[in-house]
Amino acid sequence: MTHHLRVDRIACTGRGLCAELLPEIVDEDEWGFPIMATDRIPRELLADAKAAAAACPALALRLTREP
Amino acid sequence: MITPLDTHQRLLTAEPGPPPLGADDLITAVERSGLRGHGGAGFPTGRKLRAVAAHRGRHPATVVVNACESEPVSGKDHTLLSHAPHLVLDGAVLAAHAVRANRIVVCLPAGDPLGHMLTALLATRAYPVPVHLQPVPHRYVASEESALVNLLTTGDPRPTTRPPRPDQKGMLISNAETLAHVALIARHGPDWFRAAGTPDSPGTMLVTVGGAVREPGVREIACGTPIGEVLTGADPNAHAVLVGGIGGAWLPLPSAAAVPLAHRELAEAGAALGVGALFVLGPDACGLAETARIVRYLAGESAGQCGPCVFGLPAIADDLAQLVQGRAEVLPRLRHRLGITPGRGACRHPDGAARVAASALHVFAADVERHLAGRPCVYMGQSHVPLESR
Repeated sequence: MTHHLRVDRIACTGRGLCAELLPEIVDEDEWGFPIMATDRIPRELLADAKAAAAACPALALRLTREP
Repeated sequence: MITPLDTHQRLLTAEPGPPPLGADDLITAVERSGLRGHGGAGFPTGRKLRAVAAHRGRHPATVVVNACESEPVSGKDHTLLSHAPHLVLDGAVLAAHAVRANRIVVCLPAGDPLGHMLTALLATRAYPVPVHLQPVPHRYVASEESALVNLLTTGDPRPTTRPPRPDQKGMLISNAETLAHVALIARHGPDWFRAAGTPDSPGTMLVTVGGAVREPGVREIACGTPIGEVLTGADPNAHAVLVGGIGGAWLPLPSAAAVPLAHRELAEAGAALGVGALFVLGPDACGLAETARIVRYLAGESAGQCGPCVFGLPAIADDLAQLVQGRAEVLPRLRHRLGITPGRGACRHPDGAARVAASALHVFAADVERHLAGRPCVYMGQSHVPLESR
């Protein structure tokens, strides 16, 4: 099982909190919308990814466990 | 001219309805045939049937015939339904049997005169499951799978986030041509189907040929036929062909004439089969200016839901327009924008726009150089690729 961070592109409003809380994975485009380096979250970044998902004001981030 | 029902039945035998094959046999036959969808994505049809058949929801499944054909350079589904509507409906009935669906919905562009023809035709024949017509708004992304599911379940014709995928909602969304192939596979078997085409793209396909060619129109070819053979009679001085639709990719002519119209070979060449449309750009046209028009059109056709599409596509269209005017400084920014756009929408609409733009920078590199040297395009303001759907 690996952890994945999924962006709901329709819900996302580009507030940019995810890029602040998880800069190792999330970059922003020129309009503030996330660019994910990968959706697989390594164990050492799991806490930060959880924080980013919880902080998203649009509830557009979901941390999932996938085979 | 419509093929009348009696002629259709004489040619193809068998009534619609439960086929001689059991439901699972039909799915197995389609899986063995290797049929892939002809609506754009090229997904294996057997696998899709299998997934929807496995669906266990509160409501029985629905078979959706996607005949929206919102690609402005494609006319194959319209032509197919105009000539052989019974074949498409046979395929839909067989698919409904295979996935135990209790209704068939035919999605057509709103106001399409084919709707009248189909209404009349449906009244002349008894179907084992009810068949409804569903008008779909004229918008490029309205025919995308999740947008059709959304339209049918909520009335909103915009794509949605997945999961859930359409099959998880008990919806088999299949292109009209794909279902016609299903009907033929059920009658003639997977080996018959595989006798034409390539191992990766078996069978035949309908292609829409347009632009600088002698005879524009729709024809049936074996999958894997080289592009040059399909374009016999095209302007010998043409320097590019748009493959797969306006969200497809440009390929250079004459060098791409040898590329077979098949999934694997087109992917290797940097293109995709898409809806199987070929549009030849004549020598007196600027591919960059045409691509700027295309991306501007695609930007306007966005459902307006995802930031990367809402902001990215107009920005890419602006960059292309400036490049055509000889403004070299936009090129690095354009390349960056094209690199980050794919995969960042709920649907693949931005991916298509970025792909056609990126292919233009590659195929029309000589034009890019000329514009960069300060020579603006002499063909600016012209329109070649048709951008209004029928």
